[in-house]
Amino acid sequence: MPTSLATRDVSFEQFFQYFLSGITSGSMYAIIAIGFNIIYNTTGIINFAQGEFLILGGMIGISLSSFLPLPLAIAGAVIVTMGVGALIDFLFISWLKGPSVLRLVIITIGVSILIRESMLHIWDEKVRTLQHFTGTEISSLKILGAYISPQVLWVLGISAVIVVALNLFFRLTLVGRAMRACSDNRTAARLCGIRARRMVTFSFMLSAAIGALAGCAISPLTQTQYNMGAPMAIKGFTVAILGGLGNSTAAVIAGLALGLLEAFSIAVLPLAYIDAVSIAVLLVILFFRPSGLFGNREASALKEF
Amino acid sequence: MHPRLRKYIPILAVLLLVVVIQLIISATGANYYLTQLTMSAYYSLVVVGLCLLMGYAGQISLGHAGFFAIGGYTSAVLTTVNLMPYADSSAVEVLERLGMVLERQDLYGNTLLSFSPWLACIAALLITAAIALIIGVPVIRLRGHYLAMATLGFGLIIYRIVLGTGFLGEADGITGVPGFPLFGLEVSGALSKRISNYYIAWVLVLLGMLLAMNLIQSRVGRALRSIHGSETAAQAMGIDTARYKLGTFVLSAVYAAVGGIFLTHYNGSIGPSEVTTMKSVRYVAIVAVGGMDNLWGALLMSILLNFLSLRGYFGSYDDAVFAAILLVIMLFFPDGLLRAPGLRNLAVLREKAAAALRSSRSRGAEDG
Repeated sequence: MPTSLATRDVSFEQFFQYFLSGITSGSMYAIIAIGFNIIYNTTGIINFAQGEFLILGGMIGISLSSFLPLPLAIAGAVIVTMGVGALIDFLFISWLKGPSVLRLVIITIGVSILIRESMLHIWDEKVRTLQHFTGTEISSLKILGAYISPQVLWVLGISAVIVVALNLFFRLTLVGRAMRACSDNRTAARLCGIRARRMVTFSFMLSAAIGALAGCAISPLTQTQYNMGAPMAIKGFTVAILGGLGNSTAAVIAGLALGLLEAFSIAVLPLAYIDAVSIAVLLVILFFRPSGLFGNREASALKEF
Repeated sequence: MHPRLRKYIPILAVLLLVVVIQLIISATGANYYLTQLTMSAYYSLVVVGLCLLMGYAGQISLGHAGFFAIGGYTSAVLTTVNLMPYADSSAVEVLERLGMVLERQDLYGNTLLSFSPWLACIAALLITAAIALIIGVPVIRLRGHYLAMATLGFGLIIYRIVLGTGFLGEADGITGVPGFPLFGLEVSGALSKRISNYYIAWVLVLLGMLLAMNLIQSRVGRALRSIHGSETAAQAMGIDTARYKLGTFVLSAVYAAVGGIFLTHYNGSIGPSEVTTMKSVRYVAIVAVGGMDNLWGALLMSILLNFLSLRGYFGSYDDAVFAAILLVIMLFFPDGLLRAPGLRNLAVLREKAAAALRSSRSRGAEDG
């Protein structure tokens, strides 16, 4: 890739600009991937509606921000989306007895379409944006010669805080540890008195919450439209697989890698094909190394897919 | 009746129904319904193919709209490309002598020279089969979530390619696709040919059903069912599971392509809306509501739902309706609507009654 950039005479500033846009979208993909992982770890379900949390959070944040101060609007968006996460678990997942993987796949796909169509009818098909957290769309910071929107720093900062906070949550709090115990061995966890069923609900809520927060943070940069959830979900899933399903630390590295790959693909590919890049990565990784770059091949062969 | 012929009864019954429906529609002067029934029939070819893959081989595909599009777009490109600038080249001359190119007039009276629909059709089928084979080899090794995501990704890539490629018409698609000559008839959207096209579509669907039924009642079908039951057990019985799964994947892709090719010629156009993920999900929803391994159920539901959708009964809730159907079926009737608990109990009762009858008869025989 650097050679093709060199032949096009890309300056360091432009290179840095690509780099920043790559890690910005990459950090979003990592957050979605972590959302996938949280639910996957406690339930073994891939929640195809993960991308919808992002858009739903953004939409609610935008609506609330018209009459509430921004921090309250974002908090409201996170709480409502958490409620939707809990509702999905309650309505569609909690009462199924030993459902097959195929059934769960189809159910979460159905849920994602229902959320998308509800958003279309509650709001409309228009593209919306949340206001910038600080400054406006024309304010920019000059870093190492590249001009960036302050929102980029917000996105990177919020992603970092989410990753660190989740790590602390899973290590230090009782609920976090209980969720990890469930992902490790659900029967053993239940024998220790952990309410495994409640942990599943928590995982849906947590996953929805970080999705909504990320959706609010990215909205000023990429805008929010009702049908953008599925493309985001497939990229997040690509990242989750790339890092090894269930491994959230690896997901951060994989997310940044995919974001950078996409950003630098713009130098060699027409814009219309950019979305195909991540899907091609997904297919290649599924076909040749489904355990992910950092995953254990034997361990993943034993998992129930 | 000879048991071998018995399996043709449902095909003949449906054919009779098809004729009766046409007569009623034409008698009431509502011929416009035939257009949607014809389109539904072509979509049903995709559903029948997917039913073989999902219901019998047990493999989900969320990318069948991609195969539909590969068929439709290949045929559309080849029959609308203008070879006039190369008309004097020897290659085109050879093709012309072989009857593989056709001359026609466009709307503005210009002469166009394009590949003949038959050649385009064969090329489209070969290309679809080849792509399905290439994609299929790695895809069928995957299961569950991974299989769903891989096929979804395949469909999305086709969608992106269609949207981003100039000669595929980008967001506008390809229009002006000529009719398809078929033994003196023609597959086209001309109003005067509505009735003949209705029959062409239905004969194709019933041929597709016949092939599918023969397949599942053969050695292949039994092998597929055993794979669905337990892949490990099937392997232990010496069944080459990978080959059967791959074969079914390619065959179901070809079914989708046939639907795509003929619908494109019928509509005279194809666009990116045929390639969206939602289209693929819709096919899956129809197979699910039909009962997964129930070809007739899938066909019935396909005609019903596609017809209602094409007539616009679902309005702006079209996608939501299909999602809701999918959810209700998967939540409450995972074995399909036509095999709902009540009906299953009925079947059990009938079997019990028959068994009781048999035993009382044999007892009667002993007494006598």
